[in-house]
Amino acid sequence: MTAMVEVRGLVNRFGRQTVHRNLDMTVAEGEVFGIVGGSGSGKSVLLRTILGLQKPNAGTVLLGGRDITRMSVGELRAVKAGYGVTFQQGALFSSLNVLQNVQLPMVEHLQLPRRTLDELAMLKLRLVGLGPDAARKFPSQLSGGMVKRVALARALALDPKLLFLDEPTSGLDPIGAQAFDELVVYLHRELQLTVVMITHDLDTLFGTCTRVGVLVDGKMITDTLAGIVHNPQPWIHAYFQGQRARQRETSQRETGHGA
Amino acid sequence: MYCVARRQADRVELALRGEWRAATLAAIEPEIAALDLGGNRRLQIDASGAQFDLSGAWLLHDYLARACAAGVNAEFSGEPPPALALVTRTLDAQPALPGIEATSQTAWLDPAFAVEGLGRKTVAGWRLIESLLEFVGRVSYAAGRDAVSLKRWRPTSITRHVYDTGITAIPIVALIGFLIAVILAYMGAQQLRKFGADIYVVDLVTVGVLRELGVLLTAIIVAGRSGSAFAAEIGAMRLNEEVDALQAIGVDPIEMLVLPRVIGLVIALPLLTVIADGIGLVGGGLLCHTLLGMPLAQYLNRANESIASTTFWVGIIKAPVFALLIALAGTWCGLRVRGSSRDLGRLTTMAVVQAIFFVILADALFAVLFMEMDI
Repeated sequence: MTAMVEVRGLVNRFGRQTVHRNLDMTVAEGEVFGIVGGSGSGKSVLLRTILGLQKPNAGTVLLGGRDITRMSVGELRAVKAGYGVTFQQGALFSSLNVLQNVQLPMVEHLQLPRRTLDELAMLKLRLVGLGPDAARKFPSQLSGGMVKRVALARALALDPKLLFLDEPTSGLDPIGAQAFDELVVYLHRELQLTVVMITHDLDTLFGTCTRVGVLVDGKMITDTLAGIVHNPQPWIHAYFQGQRARQRETSQRETGHGA
Repeated sequence: MYCVARRQADRVELALRGEWRAATLAAIEPEIAALDLGGNRRLQIDASGAQFDLSGAWLLHDYLARACAAGVNAEFSGEPPPALALVTRTLDAQPALPGIEATSQTAWLDPAFAVEGLGRKTVAGWRLIESLLEFVGRVSYAAGRDAVSLKRWRPTSITRHVYDTGITAIPIVALIGFLIAVILAYMGAQQLRKFGADIYVVDLVTVGVLRELGVLLTAIIVAGRSGSAFAAEIGAMRLNEEVDALQAIGVDPIEMLVLPRVIGLVIALPLLTVIADGIGLVGGGLLCHTLLGMPLAQYLNRANESIASTTFWVGIIKAPVFALLIALAGTWCGLRVRGSSRDLGRLTTMAVVQAIFFVILADALFAVLFMEMDI
């Protein structure tokens, strides 16, 4: 398997504060890779670096085997057409309606006639579970769950092989979050996507991810789900064995008894 | 070539090749459109040589749907591409989340729609006036309530707004004051020279700047600078739900956001006007000296004679009123932002337009008032 995302020796500094020290990370094709870390551990900075929105102080970032830290703006543009991203707050363009939001990457990167654009954008909206009646709404008229879905549809506009999700289920109720997790799993299977997601939601982590990377002290500790749960590192232990995690396990055991 | 058609006796064999992807769609579309079945009703498709992503599969789906509608019987010689099945499944499925009904795009042709639109606009206009009255009322109430307790005046906040709207505006206001004097002196000199009444240029400059133009142009500059800043600041706070948070904490946004800005500007604008007036007079003197060869002593002398005791105050008295109008227009528009960044832009623009409009309207009323009062 080839590596879709490969980060080697990444260093990011802001003033005197070092966020990443020699961070390494590899995401293989077809994986759903979850990134976990405490607040301020540099998850968002890592994502921004991988997306090429920010130059690291040192280290390389390879997307599909090509180093994006040494690319010109033009080359980077081509790379950016090859991945999709959703941001934490959705980041929908509030002056455009839902259909135009989904079309924007297509309009920018492809020369297609109006009808094709409309139909393709509709297809993407249907894919994330939205109906044609949602297409003419504006972002301010959407619920939180719909915003996340539209953001996902926009991320899928150019049929990328690689998808980045930043806190995809934050701000959603458990039912909405679970529906969104199922959607991600469905799309991952049907479109053979590689997914990299930042998440705090243990349910999302266990429901979707194949491997997990934990950001601790500027480095990344990567393991499978089964392995990471028993990692002795104090922060990881607290994260997976803490009060909230235990409650989750208990509730699962109880429902297991009931079934 | 992304598709190759071969005509047989009873059918057309269509071989698909290459990458049917979003990036190549623009190249495939004309090829698909140019396909000619020559009246054949059977189409056999071999998709084994091509790779599909969802966009490519949609194109094939779209073509098949149209062929099917035209009575063509299409079938795959091998396995149909899996992405095609996904497209079909997605488009056939019921959406999981229902939305509101979309309005039809030709609805405006309907006469009832026009009547409805007129009605809506009227009601919206009335609501706007109501909300303006409500806003002015709430500001007055808050000001009256807070007047008794000095602590509620938020001196820190007021100071900040005096700095932002006043101190930082000094360079531009001074420059404008100077340029206005230059314009008046030039215009006046040109016309008055015809009558040999050069000396009255001084009257024109001093009275013009002090009574009217100094304060008016300062107000217009400040409306552009600070009126828009007020609307944008408060509007962004609304988008960020900060105003809701204030209300939830039990703080009146009028008291916290509107009053300090209003008071700050009411303090700052008269001071700015004084600066504009001063620079205007200096500029007038400079111009009279260079343009008309008038000694500075004579300029001062003449200025002294032309300025009545009220001239300066007639100008400066308008400044707090203009400041009030600018600050109220800016903050009112800012508080009306809801939903989107587009709204923010619209209302920021409106804040400036309204502020300048009200300033000029008020100036006209002042002119009438002062004439009636004979000053």
